[in-house]
Amino acid sequence: MAFERLVRAHDAAMRRVARAYVHDEAVAAEVVQDTWVAVLEGLERFEGASSLKTWVFTILVNRARTRHRREARTVPMSALDAGGPTVDPERFLPPDHPEWPGHWASPPRRWDPEERMETIETLGYIDEAVRALPEAQAQVMVLRDVAGFSSDDVCAMLEVSAGNQRVLLHRARARVRAALEKRLGGER
Amino acid sequence: MDCNELVELVTEYLEGALDPVERARLEQHLTVCDGCEAYVAQIRETVRLAGKLGAADLDPEVSPRVLQAFRAWKAGRNTSK
Repeated sequence: MAFERLVRAHDAAMRRVARAYVHDEAVAAEVVQDTWVAVLEGLERFEGASSLKTWVFTILVNRARTRHRREARTVPMSALDAGGPTVDPERFLPPDHPEWPGHWASPPRRWDPEERMETIETLGYIDEAVRALPEAQAQVMVLRDVAGFSSDDVCAMLEVSAGNQRVLLHRARARVRAALEKRLGGER
Repeated sequence: MDCNELVELVTEYLEGALDPVERARLEQHLTVCDGCEAYVAQIRETVRLAGKLGAADLDPEVSPRVLQAFRAWKAGRNTSK
């Protein structure tokens, strides 16, 4: 059945988008279900100005945002981002280094080739790292990198400027990379 | 370009948002710096793996509530024809 296939195809990405707002698996699943019900109810009004996928996820983001406001949790301190460099400054030589100021002191080590990276374990680390992101960063990275939307689409869905979106994406990706590097035991 | 500068430009670089001069500086640096080359590769890989999370799961169940809504929608369409 085409509808079931549609639901299954987007389930993984949709749950993660919802989770970036509501921080709870069960609630996220509910939000996704609410979304599909709303999609069906609104289908007649869908004019095809955007793709079906964009439209579905726009409804999802709105539902998730509303639900999040209703649940009104306090944000744990660890989930805040104080800004500043996205890579630990200790990884670099100091600015007064005689030969290579600002260069890697402890460079990243190459990871395994792609085929060997796609293990359940590694994907689990990525999932875990995305879950731990500050809210706004999670929302952007999930929509861009997990769900595959363009920068323009994400700016529209989240009602953020392109510049803002890029900063959030930048910080999110840096955090996730760092978390994965740590898990893989990778610093030289 | 220093490495600690490059790591803050990587997203703009991958988005194609750096001006040609900065882009050239960055790419020049990558040719002579293994650490930065590895860093950029890791960011790309992080993005690629995140995309795998969004790929269809191991056969997720469609919830009964959603199936119910679908049947109701179908029935509604049939009667309005």
